[in-house]
Amino acid sequence: MTTYSQPDQNGQYGQFGGRFVPETLMQAVLELQEAYEEAQKDPAFHELLEHYLKDYIGRENPLYFAENLTKHTGGAKIYLKREDLNHTGAHKINNTIGQSLLAVRMGKKKIVAETGAGQHGVATATVCALLNLDCVIFMGEEDIRRQQLNVFRMELLGAKVISVTHGSGTLKDAVNEAMRYWVSNVEDTHYIIGSVLGPHPFPQMVRDFQSVIGKETKQQILDKEQRLPDTIVACIGGGSNAMGMFYPFIEDTEVKLVGVEAAGSGIQTGKHAATLTAGEVGILHGSLMYLLQNEDGQIQEAHSISAGLDYPGVGPEHSYLHETKRVQYTSVTDEEALDALQLMCRKEGIIPALETAHAIHYAVELAKVSPKDEIIVICLSGRGDKDVMTVKSALEGRQNG
Amino acid sequence: MGKAHIQEAIEKVVERGDKAFIPYIMAGDPDISQLKEQLLFLEKSGATVVELGIPFSDPVADGPTIQEAGKRALNSGTTVKKVLEALSSFRDEISIPIVLMTYINPLFKYGLSQFFKDSQAAGVDGVIIPDVPLEQRPLIDEHMNRTDIALIQLVTLTSPDHRIKRLAQASEGFLYAVTVTGITGARSAVSENLESFIYSLKKHSNVPVMAGFGISTPEQVKEISSLGDGVIVGSRVVDLLHQGKREEITQLIQAAVGTPASH
Ligand SMILES: Cc1ncc(COP(=O)(O)O)c(C=O)c1O
Repeated sequence: MTTYSQPDQNGQYGQFGGRFVPETLMQAVLELQEAYEEAQKDPAFHELLEHYLKDYIGRENPLYFAENLTKHTGGAKIYLKREDLNHTGAHKINNTIGQSLLAVRMGKKKIVAETGAGQHGVATATVCALLNLDCVIFMGEEDIRRQQLNVFRMELLGAKVISVTHGSGTLKDAVNEAMRYWVSNVEDTHYIIGSVLGPHPFPQMVRDFQSVIGKETKQQILDKEQRLPDTIVACIGGGSNAMGMFYPFIEDTEVKLVGVEAAGSGIQTGKHAATLTAGEVGILHGSLMYLLQNEDGQIQEAHSISAGLDYPGVGPEHSYLHETKRVQYTSVTDEEALDALQLMCRKEGIIPALETAHAIHYAVELAKVSPKDEIIVICLSGRGDKDVMTVKSALEGRQNG
Repeated sequence: MGKAHIQEAIEKVVERGDKAFIPYIMAGDPDISQLKEQLLFLEKSGATVVELGIPFSDPVADGPTIQEAGKRALNSGTTVKKVLEALSSFRDEISIPIVLMTYINPLFKYGLSQFFKDSQAAGVDGVIIPDVPLEQRPLIDEHMNRTDIALIQLVTLTSPDHRIKRLAQASEGFLYAVTVTGITGARSAVSENLESFIYSLKKHSNVPVMAGFGISTPEQVKEISSLGDGVIVGSRVVDLLHQGKREEITQLIQAAVGTPASH
């Protein structure tokens, strides 16, 4: 591959992306793009960001050789990029710190965000407390039920959590409400979207802020192994941890990149969130991308045991990388993810997030059939503390047949 | 038909000294079988043009009232195809212009070329697609060019002057002046800088300027329609139709267009 320079000036990745937003938001989106480009060129902005990444979030985090897991599979060496060790326990804060610093720079006083698993909500509430910004978080009522602990965390941090009862009461509905809120409060409010989604420049900006994951990983693997990995695996909800991990490797075509979506109860059941595996091209939340939709263009509900993968779309850049075949996309079921989560707990003493467990399952299966001298890196996007109740009831459900 | 039909309908009302009124209703709420009768009622009550919503699962520009109406319409099985088929079957019995309002995804899925072709055949005069801003028009322009259908642009209080000019010049049929910084839904108060906003739109626009979003009482209809060429009322009309309070819809319409006796 020659140099990769997506997106273009209009925020398009091939046919994907763009700015499909109501006119009320157009000016805000254009101003954001301008402010972002300007910040990019300002060394002071980078210095400030570096400072928080290091001393507040705790970067760089380790690239850990999972020796026990590697022995267990008997195949390729498995490395874990430890995003779970970030402050607040997931990769989400890499993005929220960047965007909130940008919001401050733009003179915005309020932040609105959506959240699914609650990780992005917590990461947003955290930086708002840090930078003294008002914070409103929209969360689907189903997710509020699944992620009680994170709801309370956000409230402790001073955020206002608003329950979304429309639609399926999950992430897509929370995005709708956050966008409506932004439309109504655009003059003093910045919207911190939680993944590589939304109108341009959000997918690009979130990718850039998250690409610290891949940059560190590249240096770390070169230090440890003096070469690049053979395969990198990351889970895909909207696709931010994957995009942040993959982006610095896009031009290294010898590195295989694999994105793992949630197959829920199984693709054939229709209850899944595997957008690139089973979706079609459409337009939602400001962007042209792959979507789960019915034959009349109505968006369908996604299903996954992990709230953070429960979204019926996938970022425009992933849609593009899927069509150009630079990244391979596959899917893993709820049951497989549950098994992988337990395996990681037992073998490495690490409780991963249910989202991450999807990537772990794929990587473990791949390692089993790969030669010992191959290297696989898993983006360990987050820790699983938030999921223990869900896992508990799922495992009890299994026992009771 | 098309662009000219919309513009002439509005201008006719304005020329006789009244203001135009465009009610919004959701097709298929409660059922598509009632659409013809609903449109006939609006025509008889004096509506200048009708804005007809086609439901979408994720209407980000709409408030609770229209979201609920959309849900009812989806539950009764309303699709783009069914709306166009229904319109085709009775279009010649209704003479006022019809403007469709929906989001881009259902149209994209239907096929944009097919949609505009079928809309033209069904007697649709214009479309409003709130999530397609000027910047994304190339996606639909090539499919529209072969029809006479008006693409109505929304212009908002957050649009800066240079955008206002471009939007005013790009809009066909009429220019939709969004009177609040927000989503659809009834509101008690109206923005203060509305007068200068609509005045500047009138200055730049070659087509009539219709104000909408948040208008809900006959007093607001009178006050706001006096600034431009008329008003669009959505949530309140949807609500009244749902509750069966048709008398009140007629009163809203007549607050702008006057009573038949006064014409
Ligand atoms: C730990 C973790 N991993 C992954 C995701 C999925 O998001 P994305 O695909 O944007 O990385 C989430 C979302 O909440 C998450 O909390």
